[in-house]
Amino acid sequence: MARLPYAKGSRMPPSAALAAVELVKTYPGGRGAPPVRALDGLSVEVAPGSVMALLGRNGAGKSTTVKILTTLACPDSGQAYVAGIDVRRDQDAVRRAIGLVSQKASSDPMATGRENLALAGRIQGLSRSASAARAAQLLARFDLGDAADRLAKTYSGGMARKLDVAIGLVHRPRVLFLDEPTSGLDPEARAQMWREIARLSAEEQMTALLTTHYLDEADQLADRVAIVDVGRVVVEGTPDELKSELRGDAVQVELAAADTAAASVLNGVRGLREISIDGSRLRARADNGAQAVPAVLAALDSAGVAVASVTVARPSLDDVYLRHVGRAFRAEVAA
Amino acid sequence: MTTTTSTPPGTLESPPRVPQRVKVGSGTLVRHSGLLTARAVRTLLRQPAFAAITLVQPVIWLLLFGQLFRNVVHIPGFSTASGSYLEFITPGVIVMTALFSSGWAGTVFIEDMDRGVMDRLLASPVRRGAMIVGTLAYQSLTTIVQTLVVFAIAFAGGARFAGGAPGVLVTVVAACLISVIIACFSNAIALLVRQQEALIGISQFIVLPLQFLSSSIMDTRVAPAWVRHVARYNPVDWASTAARAALSADTDWGVVLPRLGLLAALAVLMAWLATRAFRTYQRSI
Repeated sequence: MARLPYAKGSRMPPSAALAAVELVKTYPGGRGAPPVRALDGLSVEVAPGSVMALLGRNGAGKSTTVKILTTLACPDSGQAYVAGIDVRRDQDAVRRAIGLVSQKASSDPMATGRENLALAGRIQGLSRSASAARAAQLLARFDLGDAADRLAKTYSGGMARKLDVAIGLVHRPRVLFLDEPTSGLDPEARAQMWREIARLSAEEQMTALLTTHYLDEADQLADRVAIVDVGRVVVEGTPDELKSELRGDAVQVELAAADTAAASVLNGVRGLREISIDGSRLRARADNGAQAVPAVLAALDSAGVAVASVTVARPSLDDVYLRHVGRAFRAEVAA
Repeated sequence: MTTTTSTPPGTLESPPRVPQRVKVGSGTLVRHSGLLTARAVRTLLRQPAFAAITLVQPVIWLLLFGQLFRNVVHIPGFSTASGSYLEFITPGVIVMTALFSSGWAGTVFIEDMDRGVMDRLLASPVRRGAMIVGTLAYQSLTTIVQTLVVFAIAFAGGARFAGGAPGVLVTVVAACLISVIIACFSNAIALLVRQQEALIGISQFIVLPLQFLSSSIMDTRVAPAWVRHVARYNPVDWASTAARAALSADTDWGVVLPRLGLLAALAVLMAWLATRAFRTYQRSI
């Protein structure tokens, strides 16, 4: 279950680099529509030097959480602390302690990569020479040296995203926020960005809060994952903890045609748990998936249900998501 | 501004985890404004076609209006010292140029919002005031250059201004104040509506009446009484009237100074409102 470590009004413990406590945020619906409750008591805590992924579909409340923690938006209620600073009290101190890589490209297209970094450094209070030195270092670090003096508008998607991350790091923030850092990137650029982020978190022991709607991204990059749904954290833990909590393999049967009655056919099969059906996709869990398959097929066959394919898999974050949110993640993202 | 870190900057492998002590004061505001102004000027210079249009447009207006309405000076009641319409409209076209080009000021904010630049700046220690002042300083610089170009063309066309250097200075100041007022308005609307089309629509809706309900290209004394009456409350008319009076032979400073004072007061008010608009913007995101 979701961990709600503090009662209302409690202070952030010194051990956490970042903590959100019972955040509530409502946006006006507009044109007579009812207000939208983007956050409904979201709590999350990130240990120093670790990477936390907020995983959820669009509209789950991930970006709103980032906006509140980066001082862009104010919560209706709840507390938020970043680097030990109360986000609602001392916004300036928070802004000096954080780096933000927002969902959209945040470089100035009419400036070169180097100029973008130098300006960001100067705004953060670095001297002209320190800012130039830091810019050169980051350009080399992110393999943008050759493109350093080209306008950012000429950068490819992957290069522009790397520049965004470099801009977020220019003042060596204590906490870095990465809001969907790889959305819109092609698979190769995404893999490269993953390597960069993994390297950063390993080399610099940086605390980072990452939002994503890619399960594999959360699995690969994050020390801990919090699954967010309708404005709350529904479950939180290391990817391994979350997966092992599921105990056993996922058995997935693709039926020849959608048949909601098929789920009840499997109720009698021994060792099978958590049977659910979603259209023509039948899912269940078994301690030993391979052993369960013959019994599953026999049961379906005797009930006259045609089967297209069967797969058995070790639990994935997708299964964790399904278990806690009650809907499959991939299907939703695709929808 | 003071920055102290325990480790010299430049080492990536051993990042200092010491919070930077940054004194936030007016020095920061000025420095941040300067950085953002430089960014805007650099962007303009990288778009030579746009920069050229910025300079050519007021010249076209001066020549077009100068030809089209050349004979209006003969209307009974139209008042010019020398009977030259070119001399009459030069300050008017200068103010009109400032008015029209600063109406677009907010489009920069909207471009920044459409990208993540605005969010990144708002999540950084940049003063909100500096983001406004940066655009105002940039608009004023543009206005100064445009003003000098219009004066040069008018002079080449035979216009002579008895007011001399003080007259030119007053014209520059009045045009810059109009720039600041309208740029603040445009920025505030940009932060409130957050949409390019809406901004341009609202801006045109305001700018055109301001222009034509003023004495910038036509002496309001030959216009209907209601126009004359409305023009008295129109900052574009204050600027045109003040500039024209300062450029004339016997400058009536009693006409010039109160109008410059009103323009300055309005500029301060509008800058405050534009800065306040950031709060509304942040509440909505």
